[in-house]
Amino acid sequence: MGTAKSWLLDDSPASRLQASLGRSYRMARMLMRNPLAVVGALILLTLLVTAAFAPWIAPYSPLGQDLGARLLPPSAAHWMGTDELGRDIFSRVVYGARITLMIVVLVAVIAAPLGLLIGAIAGYFGGWVDRLLMGLTDVFLSMPKLILALAFVAALGPGIENAIIAIAITSWPAYARIARAETLTFRNAEFIAATRLLGASHGRIIVRHVLPLCTSSMIVRVTLDMAGIILTAAGLGFLGLGAQPPLPEWGAMISRGRTFILDQWWVATMPGFAIIIVSLGFCFLGDGLRDVLDPKQGGKS
Amino acid sequence: MATGTTRIWRGAGAIGGFVVITLLTFIGLMAITFFIGRVIPIDPVLAVVGDRATQEQYDAARAAMGLDQSLPVQFLHYIGDVFRGDLGRSVSTNRPVAEDLAVVFPATLEMATLGIIIGVAIGVPLGVWAAARQGTWIDQVIRVVALLGYSVPAFWLGLVGLAVFYAGLGWVAGPGRVDIFYEGLVEPRTGLMLVDAALAGDWEVFFNALDHLLLPAAILGFFSLAYIARMTRSFMLDQLGQEYVTTARVKGVPEWRVIWTHAFRPIRVPLITVIGLSYAALLEGSVMIETVFSWPGIGNYLTVALLNADMNAVLGATLVIGAVFILINRFSDVLYRILDPRSR
Repeated sequence: MGTAKSWLLDDSPASRLQASLGRSYRMARMLMRNPLAVVGALILLTLLVTAAFAPWIAPYSPLGQDLGARLLPPSAAHWMGTDELGRDIFSRVVYGARITLMIVVLVAVIAAPLGLLIGAIAGYFGGWVDRLLMGLTDVFLSMPKLILALAFVAALGPGIENAIIAIAITSWPAYARIARAETLTFRNAEFIAATRLLGASHGRIIVRHVLPLCTSSMIVRVTLDMAGIILTAAGLGFLGLGAQPPLPEWGAMISRGRTFILDQWWVATMPGFAIIIVSLGFCFLGDGLRDVLDPKQGGKS
Repeated sequence: MATGTTRIWRGAGAIGGFVVITLLTFIGLMAITFFIGRVIPIDPVLAVVGDRATQEQYDAARAAMGLDQSLPVQFLHYIGDVFRGDLGRSVSTNRPVAEDLAVVFPATLEMATLGIIIGVAIGVPLGVWAAARQGTWIDQVIRVVALLGYSVPAFWLGLVGLAVFYAGLGWVAGPGRVDIFYEGLVEPRTGLMLVDAALAGDWEVFFNALDHLLLPAAILGFFSLAYIARMTRSFMLDQLGQEYVTTARVKGVPEWRVIWTHAFRPIRVPLITVIGLSYAALLEGSVMIETVFSWPGIGNYLTVALLNADMNAVLGATLVIGAVFILINRFSDVLYRILDPRSR
């Protein structure tokens, strides 16, 4: 134990692996000192576990109807009650974790690299490339995101895949701005000039030397944005434009419960708690990560 | 030292830049709505002529709609139409989209305005309070409340609000703008129900409309409150860490004066930008709230049009919300530049 720790904290690491593992270890330790960040990390861990082991956690099938057990209030048999088709709401919320996780991962995987690349190219080349790309970015940035996503879904047609595409299209500009700002700070640095003198191509410099330096601020920003992405996806589901029934998507479940809100409050209320907890988890972890990875911004909020 | 003339020049430059950038952004917005209108899988010609039309009829209708021209030419026509206020005809209401929007927009404006008033009136003092008590449990509670504003779905809060305050406690009136038997009693002069009722001197309608408005506006206000309180807190913390604040404290200035006159004064300018941004965000947030509260505003119009695949109405509403959003953003940006003493 003691040797593993000293190996991780070694001031002169012998390999790249040791250096990066050591850095992760130091960050994890700093993160653990922030109680809200720990809560956030635990919430997201729960989300991962729930999504992975949904069939073992959920006591009932998420789609199995039981019309004899319609709209039952929360009880020992049905922790969150049942919906209008007699489906167990807790089981549906558990399976819904998979959909939420899929949305979050796909949006991050599409939007972050796209924004990263556009921002890095704009910052690295400068001049008219920069002006063109950033002009485009600014137009998208000054647009209301939810409305734009709605219009894109209207054009593409309702469905969870199209909702993900629409959210990704509206989320990349913020990442492009950050990547550009980061790139500008070390664009004229000696190590870039040295790499260029060694004969590296522009593409290689951007991908191998510029992008890795942008990732830490990108991770912070993506984590902080996740709450907004979950809310937008749930909103699209609520309006009937996202996930389609019978998929147990949390926003769509709230939409189904809307009719019964005055008498059977649990149908709409329970999935909402799931959304709030997961979004709060991302907010907490994002705040903590920012304090660790981006100390300049740390004290501000 | 800046003289009067340089200040005027700076103001003129700011306004010139404002107009150019705003126009470019508008054209970008129109490019997006134009593009969305072109990629939709629905054939707009087929929607007009019906699927029993002959090829000649189809081609004639296509030419009459200008769809046989090149895309750039079509885009120029589209820009011309938009600037003339022609947003096409809504399929579901069978009226020009621009006229529909003129009717529904005041309802949204009324709700968003009361929302921002609530957000500023509560959010700013909360943010200042949290900063003044940094690190205490008061600060923690206010921070978590502010984070909730980023994590609670607006439509969910609307539903829960209806269940608790309307169905449960009966403190407020339910969905809609006024009770059904008050509808159409006052002449719509401004479209703002409260103002119209007050102008007509019909206080019964006024209080009924207020009753209906209070809950949705308060829920919208909560979201701007969260953002405003968070930003106020971080601005205040910046100021309270400055040396002039320490100096004032050392000189024995009472704490409330240190906070409200010394530290709060410099953050008023950045706060204007924050309030402008959250006002714009409220217009967007109203889409969800209006759907839940059956509020006849632009957000409700947009979602109804979406479900009916009424593309002219969808794109028209998107364009108008986008334009107002951009305008408020740009305006608060310019205001910041004119008011900020560092840029003089």
